[in-house]
Amino acid sequence: MREMAVAAIALIVVLAIPLLHRSPAFEDFIIRLSAMALFATSLNLLVGNTGMVSFGHGMFYGLGAYAFALTMQMTDLSLPVAAALAALITTFAALCVGAICVRLSTDYFAFITLAVQMLFYSVIISWQSLTGGDQGLRGGIPRREIFGFELASQLHMYQFCAIVAVLGLLALRHISTSPFGQTLRMIRDNENRASFLGVVLWRARLWAFTIAGAFAGLGGVLAALFVSGAYPELADWPNSGQAIFAVMLGGINSFLGPVLGAMILLALNDVVTRFTEYQGLVLGIVILAFALGLRRGVLDFLKLAWLGYSR
Amino acid sequence: MDLSALGACLTSPACVVTQATSGLIVGMLLFLVAAGLTLIFGVLKVVNFAHGTFYMLGGYVAYSTLAATDSYTLAVLSGALAMALFGVLFERVLISRVYGSNVLMQLLICYAVVLIFDDLVKIVWGPEFHAMGMPTAFQVPPLFIAGGVVPPFYAVLIAIAALIAVVLSLGLSITRFGKTVRAAAINPQMVSALGVNTTLLFAIVFAIGGGLAGLAGALAAPVRSLSPGMGFSILIESFIVTVIGGMGSIAGALVSALLIGMVRGFGTIGFPRFTDGLIYIMMIAIQILRPQGLFGRRA
Repeated sequence: MREMAVAAIALIVVLAIPLLHRSPAFEDFIIRLSAMALFATSLNLLVGNTGMVSFGHGMFYGLGAYAFALTMQMTDLSLPVAAALAALITTFAALCVGAICVRLSTDYFAFITLAVQMLFYSVIISWQSLTGGDQGLRGGIPRREIFGFELASQLHMYQFCAIVAVLGLLALRHISTSPFGQTLRMIRDNENRASFLGVVLWRARLWAFTIAGAFAGLGGVLAALFVSGAYPELADWPNSGQAIFAVMLGGINSFLGPVLGAMILLALNDVVTRFTEYQGLVLGIVILAFALGLRRGVLDFLKLAWLGYSR
Repeated sequence: MDLSALGACLTSPACVVTQATSGLIVGMLLFLVAAGLTLIFGVLKVVNFAHGTFYMLGGYVAYSTLAATDSYTLAVLSGALAMALFGVLFERVLISRVYGSNVLMQLLICYAVVLIFDDLVKIVWGPEFHAMGMPTAFQVPPLFIAGGVVPPFYAVLIAIAALIAVVLSLGLSITRFGKTVRAAAINPQMVSALGVNTTLLFAIVFAIGGGLAGLAGALAAPVRSLSPGMGFSILIESFIVTVIGGMGSIAGALVSALLIGMVRGFGTIGFPRFTDGLIYIMMIAIQILRPQGLFGRRA
């Protein structure tokens, strides 16, 4: 219930801001953040919740974007149907990939997810007739009207993305606090004990992987809407790296950590590009400072500091 | 996909020799990088995601040394030595702080180093591509073996890499130092309790690993062009090599590096757009059938 209230308040605030003050840069930021937040939070269901470090999460983000953009271009389906279809395709793909990967131990799981993602990336690059190869899928996405939203207008796009992202995060929150989410946490902390208690490890992990893939796909749909197409970079490995970084930066033990991490990362990128072309240098130094200084994500750090303070 | 071209190539000795040479050169350079990676993992249990940066910097250092001294030998040596030194610094200053912690923490630190040095290279050497040029001694007509073209420089590169492979594996199996390293890979506490300075040992292992990557970068510089970010692709490939060969196994690294080199050499003819894909498929197949890799021991 508390989550619902928080989500409702957050949504109302976000939706109210453009009514008071229109700022295209800010709205742009929120649209990109909504995609990234879903991407990073879904990854954290694996990394933080279940202890499965996936290096190939970008595959599902990219697949969601391509599936959605292609469905919109090739059929007359309405936007929500196309988005649902894209999420469904991603879910199925995650189920198949997960069936291969989840039985492997931590390090090998990380590598094989990376390999599967890179295979997917090279399929995108080489299947030019369908995906447009390394140029990406161009020609735009037909922006049909839905429920009175006119997605050609930035304001409506902003509202749409914010609503989808908040609903998606709410669903993920619900999953992570559910008994199933608790089971995943038990697997992370002590898989032998979980196994003795009758949890079928691979099945629980496969579920987690599939759900995470589905929500990453939803994030990809938003990303495709924003760029009005789909690009192979969405499924490339630096993109997975960004998500991992967002998760680590925000904190893997807090539900909203990845959202905060995504926010910091996007803001940092925006600000740094304005001042210098060497954004990698600045970003790298910031990462080092976080990794060596805080040794945990911002939200985790604040939480610990708060606990220490109140004690 | 062009299987008929691949078939035609496989039946002509000239084409086989040419493609096998280019495959060998890719494989041998890859082996040098991957050997360092696998050595560091085997002993320190650290996955050095910044290994590609060593390769890149080795190439750039060699490029500058060549410009300053005009000696190709000095250039290669300086690339390797500079990276050995850089390896020690990297291990002492950064990686030693996160021993034993989450693999994600190591990943994060290495990722930061990659970002920082890609930009530093841009600042120092500029964002454009650099070509190092063939050493003058090798600016001679290529050898022809069975009608296939083999530039003499390639032959020398392959010989150097093969020599290193032999020295490395003999050094690890016969010498006292090699035995200590292998013991430390299995039980560092016990080795330390027996009076070996493991801190120093770890730093040396990192120096060897970094030096090998720097050497590969310096050797590769005349064959490939230098650019910031060139470490990325070699990193991914050397990962695949170590995973296929088995993390921590030098012999495995050699076999799988050559395997990948050959897939690259011949794959470009049969599947010009999907060579990368072939390699990923290979890696996935190995991971499913034999997760510990061809030569790896089950953990």
